[in-house]
Amino acid sequence: MSKRITIDPITRIEGHLRIDVEVDGGKVTKAWSSGQMWRGVELILLGRDPRDAWAITQRICGVCTTVHAITSVRAVENALNLEIPVNAQYIRNMIIAAHAIHDAIVHFYHLSALDWVDVVSALKADPLKAAQLAESLSDWPLNNRHVMTQTLEKLKTFVGSGQLGPFTNGYWGHPAMKLSPEVNLMAVAHYLQALDAQRHASKIVTLLGSKSPHIQNVAVGGVSNPIATDSQSVLTVERLLALKPHMDALSDFIRQVYLVDVSAIGAFYADWTKYGAGVTNYLSCPDFPMDTKGTQFLTPGGYIPGADISKYQPITAFGDAFLRDGVEESVKHAWYEYSKPGPLHPYKGETKPHYTDFQDEGKYSWLKAPTFYGKRAQVGPLANVLCGIAAGHQPTITYANKVLDTASSLLGSKIPLTAMHSTIGRHAARAIRTGVMAEVMTQNWSTLIDNIGKGDFKTFNKPTFPKGEVMGYGFHEAPRGLLSHWTVIRDGKIANYQCVVPSTWNAGPRDENDAIGPYEASLMDNPIADAELPLEVLRTVHSFDPCLACAVHVVEDNKEVVQVKAL
Amino acid sequence: MKARPFMRVVVLGVGNILLSDEGVGVHAVNRLEELYELPAEVEIIDGGTSGMDCLDQVSNADYLVIADCMRSKKEPGTITRLTGDQIPAFFKTRISPHQVGLSDMLGALNFHDMLPKNIILYGVEPESFALGMEPTPAVAARLPELVAKLVAELTEIGVTILPKAA
Repeated sequence: MSKRITIDPITRIEGHLRIDVEVDGGKVTKAWSSGQMWRGVELILLGRDPRDAWAITQRICGVCTTVHAITSVRAVENALNLEIPVNAQYIRNMIIAAHAIHDAIVHFYHLSALDWVDVVSALKADPLKAAQLAESLSDWPLNNRHVMTQTLEKLKTFVGSGQLGPFTNGYWGHPAMKLSPEVNLMAVAHYLQALDAQRHASKIVTLLGSKSPHIQNVAVGGVSNPIATDSQSVLTVERLLALKPHMDALSDFIRQVYLVDVSAIGAFYADWTKYGAGVTNYLSCPDFPMDTKGTQFLTPGGYIPGADISKYQPITAFGDAFLRDGVEESVKHAWYEYSKPGPLHPYKGETKPHYTDFQDEGKYSWLKAPTFYGKRAQVGPLANVLCGIAAGHQPTITYANKVLDTASSLLGSKIPLTAMHSTIGRHAARAIRTGVMAEVMTQNWSTLIDNIGKGDFKTFNKPTFPKGEVMGYGFHEAPRGLLSHWTVIRDGKIANYQCVVPSTWNAGPRDENDAIGPYEASLMDNPIADAELPLEVLRTVHSFDPCLACAVHVVEDNKEVVQVKAL
Repeated sequence: MKARPFMRVVVLGVGNILLSDEGVGVHAVNRLEELYELPAEVEIIDGGTSGMDCLDQVSNADYLVIADCMRSKKEPGTITRLTGDQIPAFFKTRISPHQVGLSDMLGALNFHDMLPKNIILYGVEPESFALGMEPTPAVAARLPELVAKLVAELTEIGVTILPKAA
C-alpha cells in the first residue's frame, strides 16, 4: 500500500519549498514539487527606468544577489545592442566567480553536507585515525592530528551545551548515514575551515563591488568602478593586488579540501550514483565573456538531449537565437492564469496569480513550468559540466577526471562518467565547476591588470534609450544554473520583465503535457528507509541547491515548524 | 559607559525591501547612515535578505545590533527589543522568510566561537508583506522612532554619534 509523505517546508534552503512523495515498497513512486510563495518582482519593475532594474532584482533573494544584478544589465544591454568595455567584463567576471565559489562552498559544507555527515557520530572518532585518513587524501596543512583533536573537543563542548545550533534538524543515527566516525570528524573539521574560506570570497566581492552583500558597482553599459593608478577613491592597482591573496586562499581550499571531500563522499556513498538522475535533457549557457560583445567565453554552454553528449548543441553569444526562441513557460499546473491557453514565451509572459488549493492533478505550485523546445530540461552545474565535456573544454575535463579518479581509487573500482547523472553527481559537478571558476577568476584578474598596463582604463559606455519598443534578454550561468532575464522596453521604460530562474527550471511543476519536472523526476525510485524520517528525499532535493526565493515570492508563512506528515 | 579602544560595533539591517514592511530593517539602517555621522568603529550593513554573506563583517564584533521585521502578533509598528538569550528563541520559529540565512549565520558563528559578544535585536511588527518598495503607513510612521532607538542604543554602548550638518 502506498504512503504519502509531505515535507513542508524543506529546511536549510532559501525560500519555501514543499515536497510530496508517494512511497510504495520502500521507494518513491510519485512526486510533487511545490513552490509555496508567490513572486511578483516583475510587477514592481513595470514602468521603471531599465537602468534601475539590476539594483531592484538583486533584492529578490538573499543568496543570489549579484547574479540577478549581472543578468539584468545583460538583458538591458542586449535590448540596446550595447557593447561594454572589456575591463567591465573582467570586473564583472571576477565578481561572478567569487560569488559562485562562495555559494558552492556554503552550499556543500553548511547546507547539504549534513545530509551525508553524521555530526553526532563524529564524537566517537579517533582523531589520530581521522588525521591519518585526511592526510592520505590531501596535503592540506590543516588535516593534522592537532586540528582533528581540537575539532573533537570543540564538538564535545558544543553538543554538551545542548545548543546544537546549525545542527539541530539533522537526521543523526539515521540508517542511511554510512560514514565512519573518522570521516565524519574530518568533515566537521572542514565545515569549520570552510567558514574561513568563504570569507575570502566575500572579501573579493566587497573589494570589487564596493559593498556586500548587495554590490553597488554594476551599471547598464559596464561597471561604475573608475580605474586609476593614483587615486584612493577608485579601483587602484593597489586594491587589485589586494585581491590576489584572497583568490589564492580560495583556490587552495577548493583544490585541497572541497574537491577531495566531494570525491570522498561520492566514493563512500557510491550507491547514490544510482539515484536522482531525473530529467536528463541538460541546458546551460556559456559565461565569462572576454570581448565587448559577448561572443567569446571562458566556459561553454548549450543543450544536451537525453544524456547523450554526442548530441550537444552549443549556445554561442549574447542574444543567441537558439536559446532565445526555445524557452516557454506553462501555468497549467501553476497558480497563475494566462489570457490565452498554452505556454508563453517570456517576452509575452504574464504574471497574474490564480490560487487554488493544492491539487494533485491540477494546480499545485507558485512556480511556472519552463520548457526548451517543448521539453523539460535540468539546469545547474551538472548541465554545465556535461556541456563543458561535450565541448572539449579542457579545464572542465581536467577537474572532472580528478574527481572521478579520486573517487574511483577510494572505492576500488572505476566510476564512469555516466555516474554523474545522479544525486551525488550534482555535488561532484558543483565542485568541478568551482575548480574551473577559481582558475577563471585568477585569469580575469591577470587579464585586467595587463589591460590596465596597456593604458586602457575604460569601464563604462553610456546607454541611450530609443523611442519606441526594444526587447532583449540576458543570460548567466549562475550557481544554480541557467538564469535569464527578459525585458521589453518602451520609450525608455520597462514594459515587461520576466525572470526565468534556475530553480524554476528544476523545481517547476508538471508542464503543459503533464510531464514531471526535474526535482520530481529525480525523486522517482529513491529508496525511503523510514517514512517518518525521509532523509533520502532531502538528499536528492538538496543536491540541486534549491533556492526558492526568486523562483517565487512570499505571500504569507504561518507555518512555524517543519512538518513531516506521513499519511 | 566609555567605549573601549578598538571596539567594533555592527548595525545590521535585514529584510526584503521589495515586500513593503519586510524591508523595515534595511530602511532603518539606511536612514541612520543618511542622518548621522558615525565613527570608524561602527559599521552599517544593509544585509538585505542575505545571511552567510555578512558573516565576515559580523564575526567577533563586540556588539551586533540587528534591525528587522518580526511577527509577534502585536499592533503593526510595535517595536520590540530583544537581547542575548531571548534571540535564539526568536530564531526557532520562522517569522520572516530570510531568517533561515541569518539564523544559520549566527549558528555557524556560535560553533566557531566568533559570535558577537553582545547581540541586540530591534524587531518591528509588520502589517503587510505585500509587494511594494515602501513600508505601510503604520510601519513607516514608526521608522523615526526605530532610528532614534538605534541611536540611543549606540550611545548607551559608548559610541559618539552626531547628526550630520544639514
